[in-house]
Amino acid sequence: MSALAAILIRDLRALWRVGGGALVGALFFLAVMVLVPFALGPDLALLRRIGPAVLWLGALLASLLALDRLFADDAADGSLDLILMGRAPLELVVLAKAAAHWLATGLPLVIVSPLLALMLDMEPAAMAATALTLAVGTPALTFIGVIGAALSVALRRGGLLLPVLVIPLAIPVLIFGVAAAAGAPSFGAPFTILCALTLFSAVLGPFAAAATLRHGLE
Amino acid sequence: MPLIDLANPSRFLGFAARALPWLAAATALAFAAGLWLSATAPDDYQQGATVKIMFIHVPNAWLAMLVWTVMSVAGLGTLVWRHPLADVTAKCAAPLGAAFTFLALVTGSLWGRPMWGTYWVWDARLTSVLVLFLMYLGVIALWHTVEDPARAGRAAAILTLVGAVNLPIIKFSVDWWNTLHQPASVFRIGGPTIDPSILTPLMVMALAFTLLFVTLQVAAMRNEILRRRVRTLRLLQAQGAQA
Repeated sequence: MSALAAILIRDLRALWRVGGGALVGALFFLAVMVLVPFALGPDLALLRRIGPAVLWLGALLASLLALDRLFADDAADGSLDLILMGRAPLELVVLAKAAAHWLATGLPLVIVSPLLALMLDMEPAAMAATALTLAVGTPALTFIGVIGAALSVALRRGGLLLPVLVIPLAIPVLIFGVAAAAGAPSFGAPFTILCALTLFSAVLGPFAAAATLRHGLE
Repeated sequence: MPLIDLANPSRFLGFAARALPWLAAATALAFAAGLWLSATAPDDYQQGATVKIMFIHVPNAWLAMLVWTVMSVAGLGTLVWRHPLADVTAKCAAPLGAAFTFLALVTGSLWGRPMWGTYWVWDARLTSVLVLFLMYLGVIALWHTVEDPARAGRAAAILTLVGAVNLPIIKFSVDWWNTLHQPASVFRIGGPTIDPSILTPLMVMALAFTLLFVTLQVAAMRNEILRRRVRTLRLLQAQGAQA
């Protein structure tokens, strides 16, 4: 347990200190949001209506782009080999690393989303609903993305391949995230299914990623 | 013949050399029969002659799903049993599956043009087949990223199995999404039961396309084994030149 906590704290520190990795994701989110009115026109009624969908799309892209650092630094400086040889179960280590990654890159997206929702002229209820669904749904994106990150580090080159592999798997999260945000204030089945997707991917992601790391680096 | 006997690549090459002419002949016969039955089948009272597109479209859509199943079983073979030919199977099946999925999409949109008045609608079925096509392309891209076949095989096996677990979830989500946004108005689920005059050619065509898949798969596996031998010989030669 202490090993997992140590990995979590170490990853959080590294993500916060090195190159401002955490805030770059939020900055990218903002940049995507700035593009939307330029593409669709400054029609506030339209922006208000599609606001939750646009925020979800931006958060999906921002969390995908942050993924390639998840194992790459550890693979480059050799600490991944130590983790693989260590006594802590690899699945739980991956879970801890994913949790640290979400705290450093996913949570900032959730925190800035009300601000961006304000710029899209969304109602306070829709704003809160979108932030809540993002808080519940972005962990699922991270846990699914762990598989892609493990694949790209096992292949020693990822680049554009990672998002291409992860995007099809992220489609259910996007569908139910947007539906739950649009269905506010009464959360029905979509919100429950979104929670289920997060829990499911929290199991599937670490197991698949750990298998990839074991098989890919032997 | 037990599966383990084919684990030896040389034995598989012998089997392929013996089986391929028969498979090719059976495929040609099934296609001849299927095409003749399709050509002589009566037109549908609503769809007219366009119903004949279905004789190509439906088998391709079936194979699109069958090939991912084959790849998943091969992925288990790679990871669990370490069967030497499992990753050869998976690698050769991926482009074939992508081709069948692409054909299903193209024939579907050609059928949709006269029937629905548009080449593409964001219908639940079309969308989930499109996602399947994307996943096939992702697996193929993964295969092409790594030179070492064994490493690429294990990575692709994991991705294929993750995809197999996720495909029903994606299908369910897309169905749910579509019924939310757009009630089924364009076409009826269920519809009239299929008449035997249409069902027989459809079944024969499905058999023909499945035989085509098996033939192409065995031929592609033979080529892949030979390609790997050439690769190994070249590596040995380069090492010998160095020493």
